Amino acid sequence: MKKYTDRGKKDTRSGFGEGLLQAGKADPKVVALTADLKGSLKMDAFAAEFPDRYYECGIAEANMIGTASGMALTGLVPFAGSFAEFVTGRVYDQIRMEVCYGKTNVKIASSHAGITLGEDGATHQTMEDIALMRVLPDMVVINPCDWTQTKNATIAAAKYNGPVYLRFGRPKVADFMPDEPFEIGKAYVLNEGKDVTIIATGHMVWEALKAAETLETEGICAEVIDIATIKPLDKATVIASAIKTGAIVVAEEHNMAGGLGELIAGVLASTSPKPIEFVNGKDTFGQSGTPSELLAAYGIDANGIADAVRRVIERK
Amino acid sequence: MQSTEDLKKIASQVRRDIIRMVALAKSGHPGGSMSSTDFMTALYFRVMDQDPSTWTRKGSGQDAFILSAGHLTPMYYSILSRAGYFPTSELASFRKFGTRLQGHPSVRKGLPGVFQAAGSLGQGLSVAVGMALGKKAAKDNHSVYVLCGDGETEEGQIWEAALFAAHHKVDNLVAMTDVNGQQIDGTTESVAGLGDLEAKWQAFGWETISADGHDMDKILEAFAKAGDLKGKGKPVMILFKTEMGHGVDFMAGTHKWHGSVPNDEQCGVALGQLQETLGDF
Repeated sequence: MKKYTDRGKKDTRSGFGEGLLQAGKADPKVVALTADLKGSLKMDAFAAEFPDRYYECGIAEANMIGTASGMALTGLVPFAGSFAEFVTGRVYDQIRMEVCYGKTNVKIASSHAGITLGEDGATHQTMEDIALMRVLPDMVVINPCDWTQTKNATIAAAKYNGPVYLRFGRPKVADFMPDEPFEIGKAYVLNEGKDVTIIATGHMVWEALKAAETLETEGICAEVIDIATIKPLDKATVIASAIKTGAIVVAEEHNMAGGLGELIAGVLASTSPKPIEFVNGKDTFGQSGTPSELLAAYGIDANGIADAVRRVIERK
Repeated sequence: MQSTEDLKKIASQVRRDIIRMVALAKSGHPGGSMSSTDFMTALYFRVMDQDPSTWTRKGSGQDAFILSAGHLTPMYYSILSRAGYFPTSELASFRKFGTRLQGHPSVRKGLPGVFQAAGSLGQGLSVAVGMALGKKAAKDNHSVYVLCGDGETEEGQIWEAALFAAHHKVDNLVAMTDVNGQQIDGTTESVAGLGDLEAKWQAFGWETISADGHDMDKILEAFAKAGDLKGKGKPVMILFKTEMGHGVDFMAGTHKWHGSVPNDEQCGVALGQLQETLGDF
């Protein structure tokens, strides 16, 4: 299979911080807002470089979203950031009315998504945010997989005119994607295979590649697709791959309900139904622990993906 | 410039429009629309630097108004059309299928004059704060105005925005509260104990002005004071003391007309009390 090299562990939130800085240098309209989480969101460099374009909102996320929408009306390009739970669940109605229904050019910067937030536990871990954001009309949902892709996705989000939900995480993970402009709405086929398609998003993409390497030793040739843009979904790539391999595994650091798995299942059910298995949370909350402990405990990692592939191939 | 007498005439026509719009639509919110009519008329026809012919949603080079209490669309649409943003004939389409005049403000139908969606309460103040900061960033020396209902200020986000605007010295912002003392379930005191709103806004670091919201001279005085406070480091809140349903005797002073529609007979009585000054739509 195609070889991907980990250039060194880096957190995707730092990729966001770097992308924000670069977007800010390229476009003076780019501004950043946060609700008392500048450091966690890696906005320090942007705030230092552009102090007049950085707005500390205090612990008041609802006002942050509304303020960002008002700024966007005047032509600014605001990135409003906090932990994933606090910029989705806590402010769902604000995003719905002021950003999506109101069609404002606001970028929701969502860090510490999923259970890999770790030790803070379930109050801060969200496994529901993709669901909440993807049901909103006109919202673009991007969940990049590593530092480099997050940086490039951030730059692309700044250039795109419209609401974007940009999801990234806390832990340091493999950095392996080529440094190239990010295309919103494109599914990235990272490895071509013939026996099964592993569709992954976010942190699960590297896990999918690791699983594919293991499966190769068992004689299973897995196609690996990085769904960096969950909405709008690159349906054509998904459907073509499903027809080619005839079996699907979807992996995400998110609950089943409303996640990528249900989305893929819906697309394939109405076009070319194939056996499908899901690697995700099952109507569950997280808990305290290290990221790797939690991923293993919930079965959302390379081992879980490889097991799901073995199951789905049995069903072909 | 419109004289005080002119403004009173416009306000009378706006109240007629409100009654006729909700009657035609058989739905809508006349009570708060009528309590806020006088000062909103003054705002659009005398106070704001605004021009429908060059208006864009970006709002550059003009003052901007954000309606936070989104249910006050009968008043809002009447004033926008009377100010020249769209034909008054369109008022007859209020709340009807396919209309640009959605029940609550929408930007999806391209209605001129409307900057942002509203309806879910407590959010417009934040939007206005963001617009005001955007104007500062663009070196646009215009102001942003925003209208909240008094009941609406029970929303927590209002006080988030209050704290933020004072902290960031958003001094090109004039907020208005329509203090009619009524909300759907009763008086604001009986429902939520709003208490001393002026003291609350002052405690949050705002300049406050209190005025009779039905006395045109006092209204203009309040806006003039707000104008003097522009650029002085603090956001401004004008608390307009008003009466829900003002202008029609049987609708005045009660929460029962927050979202109720007059029947044909009541409509006739109401219109009999409101002079037609600019021609009905």
